Amino acid sequence: MDLIDLAIGNLTSPIILSFALGLFAALARSDLSVPEAVAKGMSIYLLFAIGFKGGVAVNEAGFSATLVGALVAGGVLSAALPFVAYLMLRAMTKLSALDAAAVAAHYGSISIVTFVAGTSVLDSAGLAYDGWMVAVAAVMEAPAILSALWLVARSGAGRSVDGDLWREILLNGSIVLLIGSFVIGWITGTDGLTRIASFIVSPFQGVLCLFLLDMGLVAGRGLRNSRDVLRPGLLAFGILMPLIGAMAGGVAGVALGLGTGSTMLFMVLGASASYIAVPAAMRVALPEANPSIYLTMSLGVTFPFNLTLGLAIYLSVARLITGG
Amino acid sequence: MKTHPAKRVEITIEEIMETRLTTALLKADVTGFTVLPVKGGSGRSGHWTRAGQVGRAGGMVSVVCIVRPDRLDTLLEAAFAVVEPHIGVVSVTDCEVLRAERF
Repeated sequence: MDLIDLAIGNLTSPIILSFALGLFAALARSDLSVPEAVAKGMSIYLLFAIGFKGGVAVNEAGFSATLVGALVAGGVLSAALPFVAYLMLRAMTKLSALDAAAVAAHYGSISIVTFVAGTSVLDSAGLAYDGWMVAVAAVMEAPAILSALWLVARSGAGRSVDGDLWREILLNGSIVLLIGSFVIGWITGTDGLTRIASFIVSPFQGVLCLFLLDMGLVAGRGLRNSRDVLRPGLLAFGILMPLIGAMAGGVAGVALGLGTGSTMLFMVLGASASYIAVPAAMRVALPEANPSIYLTMSLGVTFPFNLTLGLAIYLSVARLITGG
Repeated sequence: MKTHPAKRVEITIEEIMETRLTTALLKADVTGFTVLPVKGGSGRSGHWTRAGQVGRAGGMVSVVCIVRPDRLDTLLEAAFAVVEPHIGVVSVTDCEVLRAERF
């Protein structure tokens, strides 16, 4: 299957078409909307399901040096990518140091929905991946925030990281749920999964479709309301940076000797930009940074790019570099 | 019916700051307040809505306190220390309450 076939297969999948529907509805000013409580409920469901299934996979396969290496590599990647993003933003755009650091933090952290969409692409292609990659995703949530805060502190702006902010960064709901459900899945194993499979396995793809419909709506509204923010330099960054992040993830995957599926997921993690955990931390730590810039960039530019074209590109490259 | 003068302070602030604000109020001995969700709105940062949002970064809450007039400055000093650099609105209005001993 070549890149074009992969891209077409991906673009015509139910999850991407659901996202496209949401995007279209928002841009066309339809009154279609998903209530906030429903969106949060679906988010909790997806995080729980993917964490649980990852834990079950570790229960079956056991811990290995590769897993530990992947966790370390994920943390390093997350901490390092904001520096690359920051330098690119300062070179390509007119953003202030503060806004550039805030945007950079998003590109070091990850989007768990992009990760889930990546696993969906792998399932469709019949490619296996390591279940513990979800633990790597959890590890990659926070280090980028600290890198961005360090970048800002260098310029004398920002505020000190107090106990509340540490809690916000390390114990935000999505990290706790992802790691917690991972541990539950790891403890209970296949028996536990069998008991709740009808809830967390069968409906998963359907819930993911609805969630992506909502993401499309939110992204479309963000684009509609923040058109002034999107200058050509920022747009170019929003597409170039995920490709660089994916390349770094690919190098890490190959260096660790991961298979094609896991290497592709590492690329997805490197390429994706956060829109839940990091924006919240930035609002507390860097309130002077403009939220419409970083939210529009991560959710309105990079998320749709990764979903529509990125995933197919990353899978093709992963196949090429791992010989899969 | 006898009524008593009071001050109604409404602080609309980013959802992410809610706990920090309410903690500061409690530390300043302002123990009575109501937190209300905000569905959406428009301001200097543009139009926004909570519909479909899963993160807390884009949301606002409204914290309403009613205090005796002599407690107003204490409340505002405590609140302002938290909300000053953040997106939001602080307003004070005169109101009347029925049971003065509760405020």
